Amino acid sequence: MDLSYSEKYRTLQNEVRAFIGLHKDASPKAVGVRRKPDAKMLEWQRLLVEKGYAARTIPRQFGGFGAEPDVMEAAIIAEEFSKAGIAAGIMSQGISMLVPTLIEVGTEAQRESFIGPTIRGEIIWCQGYSEPGAGSDLANVQTKGVLEGEHFVVNGQKIWTSSAHYADWMFLLCRTEPDKPKHQGLSYLLLSMKTPGIDVRPLRTMTGKATFNEVFFTDVRVPAHQIVMGRGDGWAVANTTLKYERMMLGDANKFMHRVHRIRELMETTRIDGVRLIDMPEWRDRLVRLQGEVMASKYHQMRLLTEAAKGIDAGLKRLVVKLYGTEMGYRLSGLAVDVYGAAGLAFDPHDDMDGGTDDDATAWHTDHMYDLGLIIGGGSSQIQKNIISERGLGMPREPKAALQATTKS
Amino acid sequence: MEFALTEEQRLLDESLRGYLARELTLDKLKTLANEAGGFAKSHWQALADLGIAGLMVPEEHGGAGLGLLDAAVAAEALGYAAAPVAFVGAAVMAPLAVSLMANASQQSEWFPKIASGEMRIAVAFAGGSGQTGTADVRLDGLKLSGRVDGVLDVAGATHVLTILPDGRAALVAVDTSGVEATVKPTLDRTRPLADVVFSGAQTHVLDASNDPAGAARRVRDAGRVMLAADTLGASQAMLDKAVAYAGERVQFGRVIASFQAVKHMAAEMATDLEPCRALVWFAAHAHDAIPEEAHVSACHAKAHLAEVGRLIQTKATEMHGGMGFTELMGLELWYKRISLDRHTLGGPERCRHEAAVAQGWVKG
Ligand SMILES: Cc1cc2nc3c(=O)[nH]c(=O)nc-3n(C[C@H](O)[C@H](O)[C@H](O)COP(=O)(O)OP(=O)(O)OC[C@H]3O[C@@H](n4cnc5c(N)ncnc54)[C@H](O)[C@@H]3O)c2cc1C
Repeated sequence: MDLSYSEKYRTLQNEVRAFIGLHKDASPKAVGVRRKPDAKMLEWQRLLVEKGYAARTIPRQFGGFGAEPDVMEAAIIAEEFSKAGIAAGIMSQGISMLVPTLIEVGTEAQRESFIGPTIRGEIIWCQGYSEPGAGSDLANVQTKGVLEGEHFVVNGQKIWTSSAHYADWMFLLCRTEPDKPKHQGLSYLLLSMKTPGIDVRPLRTMTGKATFNEVFFTDVRVPAHQIVMGRGDGWAVANTTLKYERMMLGDANKFMHRVHRIRELMETTRIDGVRLIDMPEWRDRLVRLQGEVMASKYHQMRLLTEAAKGIDAGLKRLVVKLYGTEMGYRLSGLAVDVYGAAGLAFDPHDDMDGGTDDDATAWHTDHMYDLGLIIGGGSSQIQKNIISERGLGMPREPKAALQATTKS
Repeated sequence: MEFALTEEQRLLDESLRGYLARELTLDKLKTLANEAGGFAKSHWQALADLGIAGLMVPEEHGGAGLGLLDAAVAAEALGYAAAPVAFVGAAVMAPLAVSLMANASQQSEWFPKIASGEMRIAVAFAGGSGQTGTADVRLDGLKLSGRVDGVLDVAGATHVLTILPDGRAALVAVDTSGVEATVKPTLDRTRPLADVVFSGAQTHVLDASNDPAGAARRVRDAGRVMLAADTLGASQAMLDKAVAYAGERVQFGRVIASFQAVKHMAAEMATDLEPCRALVWFAAHAHDAIPEEAHVSACHAKAHLAEVGRLIQTKATEMHGGMGFTELMGLELWYKRISLDRHTLGGPERCRHEAAVAQGWVKG
């Protein structure tokens, strides 16, 4: 164990603080995955990548900062940005999920064309996995990709596709080998959303915002070299991406910031004149969550240490998505409880109308969105299947009963 | 920068676990718990010979001079085995108190005996432990009077070290006149608690610290981290036993481990438990190296492990069905171990209150 704050870290911390002090006003408000970056955000992202506060460990040749992975550096940067309440760069499926996937299994040409523009926020990606008949049972994907000469011709439908309404590119899971068994018949393609034959229809979610979509494909021609790995390798690539998605969804850095925001809320919210922070039953809920957040924060440092050494953390890694999303939901749940009746005025603004949500609306939106994160990326039940089977070595699920229980 | 155990710590863990797996069979554990009242001299001496007793004693006094993170590794291994050993008091809090509070001549007299296992010191808090029960003691000159209930590790102890409210400490030999230590039948039979009554007992006073209140808190916090680490080990043992049992027990023509409801219980346990290890390590490391975070993280580790321990003691027992409710498999020994860890030196509510106070969220 070596968490000593050596000169190197103090220097970095001072650098980050000075940077934030200097640029605080230029920084956009912290935004999540739910909005297309505007010009201000793109400029901010460019600055962060240049300083190494975003895409820090991405090799220089692909446009990153090229630093060695270092848990403490990552933690210092995350903490300083989170303390200042400003955006630590763009959070997107492209940056968190596709880029590490390409670094792990992409070709040199794919890395060169996509990583740089993605980390700079110039290409926004969406994830074309789920279909009406393939949710938890992702390997049941039916969208077809038929190789005709130099192109895969794609036909079918995706659903719940986050950010497809503004994304530039998609990473798509489709069936290219219909004669092979379920898991071996899939391929992973990269395609421009401008390709003719793509129809995106937004779906309004319970948060009142249109954050995800249905996407229909009619004879969409994707150049054959835009496949990641080979034909029939789609399941392996999709799982590589899911591994990074689940780490991202369980990321602990944002949670500590939430604990402190909720503490501030408890200091200003009163019932019959008494501050909530002074009532033991309220305070205890918060301190209890703080303990859980600390556990996940140090757990993440432990995982990053192992990742830097090239050790596959196994069970330790498999629990992160379940732990983080369930905890995040409880945290935002506490925040909306603190607001109580005074926070029930709900006035959400859509991504496109440019308005900003008031704080109570934002917490209610986060709380609902956190429930979405429990469902998306492999639901909590699916995580438990994976943890018990792959992590604890318990028997795999028996083959499904194919009959629906209610007949129409 | 690295968040991981060192090679030496991994070796300590391996050798201790190896010894415990070989020597402390379930039959032997049951005998020690049921008949020896939680203490067997031979067992203690063997662990002392392995270096457990002197883990925290400085090297120049015959110990290993290790830190609280090393001790946490040992505590997890001992919890995993539900080992009947006076570790938290005799091997951690006592040598730490001697380091922080005793003068040089007391240290050179006591440290070597602690390291050899000859001197086994139970630590009693006359207030400020955070636990329920009587704790009312006064020191007149060198004479100690009063009563402390629910003291850890008194079975087999040669001495009791009482930490006074003002942060000084008083050491008495158990066989001195004016000391009456009654080891009680206790829920956790591997580590029975005792009520200690002093009536004018002759003491050695430890008053060399220039921050006595801080020293007392440090000793107590170290104890809390050890109890958290013990729960970590005991919970891991219960989870492992539950998964193994589910892989053998057949109902409806299948092993019960193939039922999703059972798998999900196991997954929930593993998910809550895995991150606990990092929290315990951090709290122990903070004690050694990051003083400004030591107190709050000790409170959090103690509280959080108590909650996760409660979940695991419950679900792991449930997964064993009726068998889990019996004494046959010895599962109850781990269940009760987790309960004792929870309630001694402050339950989770108390520890969380202290964490809030220490962070300035509310007045003490
Ligand atoms: C906010 C959000 C964003 C999303 N973004 C995207 C995206 O960008 N791209 C994309 O491709 N998809 C996305 N999704 C889709 C997401 O991956 C799926 O919703 C998810 O995998 C669940 O599939 P489903 O909706 O079909 O539910 P179902 O699979 O029908 O599940 C319904 C219920 O049954 C349970 N269940 C199903 N199978 C099992 C089993 N074997 N054992 C136990 N329980 C089971 C589930 O846990 C769930 O509770 C998103 C979803 C949400 C909520």
